Amino acid sequence: MNECLIKIEDLHKSFDSNKVIDGLTLSIGRGESIAIIGQSGTGKSVLLKHLIRLLSPDRGRIYFDGKDIAKLQGENLVAMRRRYGMLFQSAALFDSLTVAENVGLGLHESGDYRKSDIDIIVQDKLEMVGLSGSADKYPAELSGGMRKRVGLARAIAAGPEVLLYDEPTTGLDPITADVINDLIVSLNQRLLVTSIAVTHDMASAFKIAERIVMLYEGRIAFDGTPEQIKISSNPIVRQFVTGRATGPIQVR
Amino acid sequence: MEYYPVMTLGRRGVNFITRLGGIFVMIGRFVVALKDIPRSVRLIFEQLYAIGVQSLPLIIVIAIFVGAVSAWQAAYQFKFIGAPLRYLGQAVGKAVVIELAPVLSALVFAGRVGAGIAAELGTMRVTEQIDALEAMGINPMRYLMMPRVLACLIMVPLLVVFSNFIAILGGLSVAVVGVDISSETFLEGFKSSFQVTDFVNGLIKAGVFGLVIGLIGCYEGFNTKGGAQGVGVSTTTSVVISSVMILILDFVFTVLLFRL
Repeated sequence: MNECLIKIEDLHKSFDSNKVIDGLTLSIGRGESIAIIGQSGTGKSVLLKHLIRLLSPDRGRIYFDGKDIAKLQGENLVAMRRRYGMLFQSAALFDSLTVAENVGLGLHESGDYRKSDIDIIVQDKLEMVGLSGSADKYPAELSGGMRKRVGLARAIAAGPEVLLYDEPTTGLDPITADVINDLIVSLNQRLLVTSIAVTHDMASAFKIAERIVMLYEGRIAFDGTPEQIKISSNPIVRQFVTGRATGPIQVR
Repeated sequence: MEYYPVMTLGRRGVNFITRLGGIFVMIGRFVVALKDIPRSVRLIFEQLYAIGVQSLPLIIVIAIFVGAVSAWQAAYQFKFIGAPLRYLGQAVGKAVVIELAPVLSALVFAGRVGAGIAAELGTMRVTEQIDALEAMGINPMRYLMMPRVLACLIMVPLLVVFSNFIAILGGLSVAVVGVDISSETFLEGFKSSFQVTDFVNGLIKAGVFGLVIGLIGCYEGFNTKGGAQGVGVSTTTSVVISSVMILILDFVFTVLLFRL
């Protein structure tokens, strides 16, 4: 593994009486492309939100670049978050802003960029995701796939070191989903970022990741390469990868 | 399903204290976020327009009828107790400036603006837009809450100034057309009893109401859970709590500001 960039130690998180993450420990190296897979409700998105402290753990520590993120306050917390870019499950675009304003918002609000520079960066990122002609449209005028691509352009706008993808292909038809997968692979290669994708779409996981981690009941059930997961004899992993209704995993 | 009254009462008590604490925390965050006014000027002006200027037509309609009804009611009661109608302007003026314009404008404002803030922020919460702001390193308290609360704080008193003026005109119209006293008599009565302190105290109450409406709308919006149903619950809760708080605080500030 490359130099460790993100280290999660003994993470626990419950919502009311529902234990979602139960003692999870994971290290992610700089430049890695990792997919976190698992059933709905196994805490994949919750884990992702912990990485940028949108959620705080009940117990356990998360280190980013050697620093305990629970101790970051004010400008240091903002600086840590700006080293990440996140594509949300529903894209989470701001309805009242145009595509270009959505992509440029983080740059504009940071106060570190001039208007002319923001315009250039926004145009460049929209070209990277193939939406240069949609800068003046509003999110309501876009299809699901286009919204995801705008979300991607927004995630990469500030030049992050780590990209987080929360269910990047959920809700898309298989062809559009594959376009998004190609785009993620291409961005990871061009931008040389560390990429962490949460998904339950195995086709997507195989395509975009060089390492797959499977969560089951709040813990890691598998950690290995796509080739290793395909031949895994672990019944939990087998059931999930092959998508069978019967097996040790019970649908709640 | 069995009903446990003590448990239900306890849960409601905990919810009430949690909400009260949350609103006080939000007051603190609002004060802290005020330091960022210089870099939020555009956002504040957008909210001043959306919250204040766009509420003006509704406030005007309300004020016309508030003035009209209070003039008619006062004339009816004057007739009942045999008081001279030359005091009509005085009665309407006092009632409007001290009580009716601030309270009724605030209640209407809570319905229009407080509900709007809770619904907008609630939708942003459940669609992860607030998470997205934080993920980009943008403080939602600075970007969303402070401009809205500040706009409520500024615009409710300003709207009450308009409301005072329009309500007096409404009362004057009814006095002239329906009660048959001259406009000079009505205005003379109004001027003879007008006190700047009444007017200022009415605006102080309006400022407090504006602050409460903005804070509660933002609190309920930020703390929305679930989907469309959660947004509906937040919106309703925001209007109900704001309305009750307006009436409670009206009593408190009336006792504090208008000494007998």
